[in-house]
Amino acid sequence: METKRADTVAAQSRFPLREVLLFAAVLLAVLAVYAAMGPAYSTRMLVEAACYAILALGLTIQWGYAGQFNAGVMGFVALGGFCAMFFSFPINPDFWESELPGELGLALLYMIAAVLVVFGATRLDRIGVPKKLRTLLAVILGLVLYLVVVNAFRGVTDQIESRAGFVGGLGLPVGVGWVVGGALAGGVGYFIGRVCLGLRSDYLAIATLGIAEIIKAFLKNSDWLTRGTATVSPLPWPVPGPAEVGFTLARALYLSVTAVMIAAIFFLLSRAYHAPWGRMIRAIRDNEISAAAMGKDINKRRLEIFVLGCILMGIGGAALASFNSMFDPQGYLPLNHTFLVLVMVILGGPGNNLGTIFGAVAVYIIWIMSAPMALYLMDLAMALGAGLGWETPTNMDSRALQARVFVIGLLITLVLRYAPKGLLPEKVRHHG
Amino acid sequence: MNELVFFINNVVIAGSVSGSIYAIGAVGVTLIFSIMRFAHFAHGDMMTFGAFMVLLLATAFPAAGDAFGVPSALVLLPLAMALTALLAVGIDKAFYKPLRAHGVKPIVLVIGSLGVTLMLQGLIRLFAGTSGQSLYIDDRKEIFRLALPFEGARAPVVITEPQLYLFVITLVAVIGLHVFLSRSRLGKAMRAMSDNPDLAQASGINTNTIVAVTWVIAGGLAAIAGTLLSLDVTFKPDLSFFLLLPIFAAAIVGGVGHPFGAVAGGFVVGFAETLAVFNWSVLLRPFRDSLPSWLLESGNLAFVGTEYKIVVPFFILVVILVWRPTGIFKGKVI
Amino acid sequence: MPLLDARDVHGGYGGMNILNGVDMAIEADEIGVIVGPNGAGKSTMLKAIFGLLNVSQGEILLRGEPIQNLPTNKLVQKGMGFVPQEHNVFPSLTVKENLEMGAFLKPGNVKRMLKQVYEFFPPLHDKRHQPAGELSGGQRQMVAMGRALMAEPSLLLLDEPTAGLSPLYMNQIFEQVKLINSAGVGILMVEQNAKQALAIADRGFVLAAGQNRFTDTGAALLADPEVAKSFLGG
Repeated sequence: METKRADTVAAQSRFPLREVLLFAAVLLAVLAVYAAMGPAYSTRMLVEAACYAILALGLTIQWGYAGQFNAGVMGFVALGGFCAMFFSFPINPDFWESELPGELGLALLYMIAAVLVVFGATRLDRIGVPKKLRTLLAVILGLVLYLVVVNAFRGVTDQIESRAGFVGGLGLPVGVGWVVGGALAGGVGYFIGRVCLGLRSDYLAIATLGIAEIIKAFLKNSDWLTRGTATVSPLPWPVPGPAEVGFTLARALYLSVTAVMIAAIFFLLSRAYHAPWGRMIRAIRDNEISAAAMGKDINKRRLEIFVLGCILMGIGGAALASFNSMFDPQGYLPLNHTFLVLVMVILGGPGNNLGTIFGAVAVYIIWIMSAPMALYLMDLAMALGAGLGWETPTNMDSRALQARVFVIGLLITLVLRYAPKGLLPEKVRHHG
Repeated sequence: MNELVFFINNVVIAGSVSGSIYAIGAVGVTLIFSIMRFAHFAHGDMMTFGAFMVLLLATAFPAAGDAFGVPSALVLLPLAMALTALLAVGIDKAFYKPLRAHGVKPIVLVIGSLGVTLMLQGLIRLFAGTSGQSLYIDDRKEIFRLALPFEGARAPVVITEPQLYLFVITLVAVIGLHVFLSRSRLGKAMRAMSDNPDLAQASGINTNTIVAVTWVIAGGLAAIAGTLLSLDVTFKPDLSFFLLLPIFAAAIVGGVGHPFGAVAGGFVVGFAETLAVFNWSVLLRPFRDSLPSWLLESGNLAFVGTEYKIVVPFFILVVILVWRPTGIFKGKVI
Repeated sequence: MPLLDARDVHGGYGGMNILNGVDMAIEADEIGVIVGPNGAGKSTMLKAIFGLLNVSQGEILLRGEPIQNLPTNKLVQKGMGFVPQEHNVFPSLTVKENLEMGAFLKPGNVKRMLKQVYEFFPPLHDKRHQPAGELSGGQRQMVAMGRALMAEPSLLLLDEPTAGLSPLYMNQIFEQVKLINSAGVGILMVEQNAKQALAIADRGFVLAAGQNRFTDTGAALLADPEVAKSFLGG
C-alpha cells in the first residue's frame, strides 16, 4: 500500500475525479481528430504533442517548481534541434575530404588560445600589475584577439560555404544528437543561470528572451554550419521511417519512443519532487527568505533546477526536429516555441506534471485544429463582408496567423487572472 | 577626411538616432518598473501601437501638416500619444490591476505583459499586415547634406529631416520629464512612490492616480519613440522583440528606476551597437602603409555583422548584471 | 467626546490574530503611550487604527465616527497622521520634498505648514535641500514626523519614534512630541523607553498578549508597583 505524504496529497480527493474527467475529454478530442483527419495526420499530431509535452515539462519545473520564468524556450528548443541535425545527418564528404576540417580546427585552436590569453590577462593583478591597468589590458587584448579570431573564422567559413556547401552532419545515431542537444541546452542554461539567478526574476526573463533571439540569429546566419535559410533535410529517425513501414506505423513507432521518454521523465521528476531535493526547491519558491535562513544554498538549487529544465527543452527540441525530419532555423518562432509552451504549462497546472502533460496535449490539439477553423471562420466573415460590400483582404493565411497570436496572448492573460493555478493545480498543502 | 565623414555618418549620427529611441523607450520601462515593480514586456508593442496610430491618422488626414510645413505624421503625433496613453491606462485597468489586486509576485505581471504584447502584436498585424510602410504619406523626406569645410572632404555629412525632429523631440521630452519630476506635485509624488510605496500611501497619496499618471507618461513616450523610429526608417509591425532587449539593457545599465540613468543607458546601448557594427578598417585606411597587411586583408573589421546586432545589447546586459547589477547610477531595485 | 476611541479591537495578519480585544481612548489634547513586552501587539494596534491591517472585530471611532478598515488616504483626509518605525522617509527626495508629500492632499497649506514644521524642527530648515536618505537617524525621524504634521492632523500616531536613536536625540524627540502636543495635536505613540514615555503621557496603555493589562494615566502607571515590576524593569 502506498504511504501518503501529508504535504503532497490533498486529503479529501482520494479519487482523482478532475484528472479522469479532463483526460477523458482529451481522449475524446483525440478520437474525434482521428475520425475526422485520418490516422496518419492524427498520429503526427500526437507525436508533436508528445514532443511539446517534454518542452512543457521542462518549463513546468522551472516555473512551477521553482518560480523561474524562462521567456526563451525557443532558443533551447532550437539548440536541441541543431544537435539532432548535426549529429545524425550523414557525413558530407566534400567537407571532410578537403583540407577544410584542418583549417576549421586551426581556427578553433586560435579561439581557445585567445580565450586563454585574455583569461590570463585578467589574472595579471596576481603578479603585481595594478588592477586598472590589468582591466585595460584585458579589454584591449580581448578586442584585438576577438577581431583576429573572427577574421580567421570568416575565412574558413566562407571557404566551407563556397566549396562544400556546409559542414554536414556526423552520421551518428539519432539518440546521440538528442543527448548532446540536452547537454548543450543545459550548458547555455547554466551560463544564463549563473548570471541571473541571484537577481530579481525579471532579469532572467529578459536574458532568456535575448539569448533565444541570439541563438536563432546564429543558427540562421551560420550557413556553413546549418545551411541557414536553405534548411537541412531529411533528418534520420530513431525508428524505421515512413518509406519502410508506411506513414501511420512509422509515426506510431516514433510516438512510442516519445511516450517512453515522457514516462521516464515523469517518473524521475515525481521521484525528485517528493524527495528532499524537491521539497527544498519548493520551500525556496514559497519563502525564499526563510529557506535562506534555514541555511539552504538557494542559488545553487535554483541553478540546478533551471539547468534541468533547459536540458529537457533541448531534448524535446531535438525530438521535434528529428520528427519533422528538417532543421529550419527560421521556423523557430517565439509564438510556436515559447508562448505556446507557456500556455500549456499555465493552463495545465504549473508544478503539476500530470497537469502539464494534459495541458500540452489539449493545447496542441486546439492549436493545430484552430488553423483550419480560423480560416473557415474568416472565409465565412469575408463572405458576409463581401455581401455588405466590404473590401476583401487578400493575405488570408497570414491574417489568420495573427488572429492566433492574439488568442494566445488573450489566453495567457485570462488564465493568469481566472485560473492562476491551472486546470490541474499542484497539490501542495502548505504548513503555516 | 572622407573617413571622418564616414565615421560621423555611420557612428555619430546613427548612434544618436538609435540612442534617442532607446532612451525614450527605456525611460518608460524604468518609470513603470519604479512604480509597479515589474519589467513591462509589452513596451515594444506599445511603441508600435503609437506609430500605427500615427499611420492611421496620417492616412486619414494626409494634409494635416501642410499648414505648419512639417510632415503630417508629426502634427498628428500628439493625438497618437493621447491614444496610446489611453491604451496604456486601459491595459492596466483590464489586465495588470486585477493581478496586482490579487497580490501576485511581480514575475506574474511580467508574464501577463507578455500576454498583452502578443495581443497587441496580433491586433496590429491583423490590421496593418506585416510589411513595412512609410509614415510619409503625402510629404517628402528632406535630406540635408552638410559639406565639411575641410580640404579633401568630398563626401558630405548626411542627416535627414526625421532625424533632426528626433533629436529635438528627445531633448524636449527629457527636459520636460525632468521639470515634471522635480517641480510638479504629481511628479514628486511619483518619485515618492518609487522610493517607498507604503509611505506614499500613508501620506495620503492616491497610488491609483500615480499608477495612471505613470501609464500616461509611459504610453505617450512610447508613441513618440515608435513614431520617430518609423519616420526615420519605415513602420514595421514586427520590430517589438528586437526593441525590447536594447531598451531593457538601457534601463538596467542606467540603474532601474532612474529615469535619467535610462536616458544615459539608451545612448550607451545605441552607440555600442553602432560602434560594434562599424567597419573599422575604413578608419585604418589612411594609415595603410604603416600597418601590417593581414589587418586590412579581409576589408571588414566590424566586431559583429549587422545580422548579429542583437548580440550587443545582450552582451551589455550580461556585463552589467555580472559587474554591477544596480547599473551605473545605482538603481533602486535588483 | 474622545478624539480616538477604540473598543474591543481584534485583528491580525492572515489567519493569525494578534489583537484579542484592545480598548484605547484618548482626548483631543492628550498624549497616549502604548507600552508592553515584545510581541504584545503594540505596533499592530497602531497599524489597525491606521487601517493597515484588517480589523476583524470591534470598532474604532475618530471623534465618534467609525473608521475601521477605511483606506489610508481617507484616514489622512480625516485628520490622522502616521509615522512608521522604519522606512519612514523618502530617501531620494529632499527634506523639503518629503515634507511636501505630507501635504499632498492639502496643497494649499504647503507654505504655512512648512514654516510651522521648520519651527518645530529647526535643523530641518538648514537641510531642506538635502536628500533625506543622507540624514542621520534622528534627523530622519524629524523629517518623518514633520511629513506627518504637514497634513495638519488632529491625531498623530508614532511607532517607536526613538528606536535606535542616541540618548541625546531621544530626549530631543520627546521634547518635540510634547511641543507638538501643546500645539493641539493628539498623540498616540508606541514606545520601548517605557519610563521616559510614560512620564510625558496623559494616558498609558500596557498591552500584553494582545490585550490591555493596565490602563491609567501615565503618572499612575509609573507609580504602580505591579506595573513597575513586570513591565518597567523594576
